[in-house]
Amino acid sequence: MRPGVLATYRWELRKLRYQKRTYLGLGAAALVPVIFAVAVATQNGQPEDVAFGRYIHQTGLAIPFVLLLFGSIWMFPLITALVAGDIVAAEDHNGTLKTILTRSVERTQVFAAKALATATYAIAAIALTGTVAVVAGSIVSGFNPLPTLSGSTISAGRALVLVGGSLLVYLMPILAIAAIGLLFSTVFRNSAAAVVGTLMASLLLQLVGILPGLEGLRPYLLSTQFEAWQGLLRQPADWAPIGRAAWVCALYGIPSVVAALLVFLRRDVAGG
Amino acid sequence: MPSDAAAGAPPIEVRGLVKRYGDLVAVGGVDLTVLPGDVFGYLGPNGAGKTTSLRMMLGLIRPTEGTVRLFGRDPQDGVAALDGVAGFVEAPRFYPYLTGRQNLELCAALDGDGAAGRVDEVLDVVELRDRAKDRVGGYSHGMRQRLGIAAALLRRPRLLLLDEPATGLDPAGMRDMRLLVRRLADEGMTVLLSSHLLAEVEELCNRVAIVDRGRMAYEGTLEELRRAAGLVYRLRTTDDDRALAVCEAQPGIADVAAATTGGTVFRADSEAAVGELSRALAEAGALVLELSPSQATLEDLFFALTEGDDADQENGAGRRREPRAPAVERAA
Repeated sequence: MRPGVLATYRWELRKLRYQKRTYLGLGAAALVPVIFAVAVATQNGQPEDVAFGRYIHQTGLAIPFVLLLFGSIWMFPLITALVAGDIVAAEDHNGTLKTILTRSVERTQVFAAKALATATYAIAAIALTGTVAVVAGSIVSGFNPLPTLSGSTISAGRALVLVGGSLLVYLMPILAIAAIGLLFSTVFRNSAAAVVGTLMASLLLQLVGILPGLEGLRPYLLSTQFEAWQGLLRQPADWAPIGRAAWVCALYGIPSVVAALLVFLRRDVAGG
Repeated sequence: MPSDAAAGAPPIEVRGLVKRYGDLVAVGGVDLTVLPGDVFGYLGPNGAGKTTSLRMMLGLIRPTEGTVRLFGRDPQDGVAALDGVAGFVEAPRFYPYLTGRQNLELCAALDGDGAAGRVDEVLDVVELRDRAKDRVGGYSHGMRQRLGIAAALLRRPRLLLLDEPATGLDPAGMRDMRLLVRRLADEGMTVLLSSHLLAEVEELCNRVAIVDRGRMAYEGTLEELRRAAGLVYRLRTTDDDRALAVCEAQPGIADVAAATTGGTVFRADSEAAVGELSRALAEAGALVLELSPSQATLEDLFFALTEGDDADQENGAGRRREPRAPAVERAA
């Protein structure tokens, strides 16, 4: 029986498990919330100008939301790019693309497995940050009710559910970044160039967002979609930014994946 | 066996294969047919286009023109064409952070068809079982070559494509590799062996193709190639300068040249012509000290075919060229 995407995907995950960059990314995803929580515990100050910043001493459940805001600038894009930018390019570097493409799986299946493994890693990184932030935050500031962006207060249990929901919404731009990283990894055939390129693309979009005169573009920038989860923290919930994030992220992500797939299918594997 | 493969289709059939990168012609028109049971030598100097041809045969790169069929199937149509086919191009490559066994398990997972159950078996064949738990990053070049063979054997191939399998190996490693290829061939496997090691090809292969600067210079059996080259005669006399002049003037004697090691070398139309020559030499006062026929080696023929003038290269792709005079001189 010919193997399929699932068998290839399992091995892509297994390969990730044996690579240092995976642990570098996941380690950062786990360590940053711990460092942040320690800082909260040892400092009296708080980031007043950031949503939920003023509540970090009041409830640990504010900490994951503050981290989502800070992390959107470069931390999560970098963590995502570390693997997304490497997953095809590393095969070029090692010359192993020819090894796997002369077995019994089609190129489409290999690509699908790599895309799924990239997404799995990105999801794991976000879930890890969220989990560690909730646990570390609760330890230093308590598992207490959280004031919403509308001024009302919700129970700790409800806030915990909203942390999960926010992480899911946050995944949309993260997966779009992963798609861009996958494209760069396929096209550049160089891991460092693809990782840096992905990060630069993310930073560039943020830069466009703050340039005067380009305010009209803001709703359609990928960087803006990192704030869409805030709609869940209003009462009643504001779904408009979340809906927009879904199609804007799809607009960035789907063409990137399709372009990467076409390049991957048509490319000559001449190296290695 | 692929059920829908063309019945009786040869393991490899390549027609008019061309690969161009802009103005650079990497492969300029290769035609070859590998028959069941062949140990087929694919010969050429470095940069002749052998590896590029092999990559096209395995579907790794797209031909600019021409066709490849493996058991009747086009590798550009998908990996189904690689059923029963295995091998490697250039050095086999593996994940350095995985062990030898893990690399084989990965390959087996991507092969399916029970390959996972053959990992130990192929590790034994290439004598790597003792090092299977070590990371490939720490393997020597020879061990990686052997692991490449093991990865190929996982697929239980009927056709094995090997690109310079002995390159970089020490003499013992080269001997072991040849023994392994011989054993696999004796078990009925068809092998295409790309190489620039002429002794290796001469020892292992029954048929050869010689490619030079991207173009076919010869395809056929070694015997046909040698027959086409004919016998080369070496002559030493008491007066080699006079003997050279006599040879050049003698009917039935051709391709006369002064041998680099002294004496004269030539080809003859027949043994009778050689007899007439010995009489003429005696009459001219150049007394024969040695007159012996010898068969051209593959090396002689290879250089004759690949070191021709550029005009030959421009005469069209895939044309079969006859071995020429340089073979005579080298044979001496």
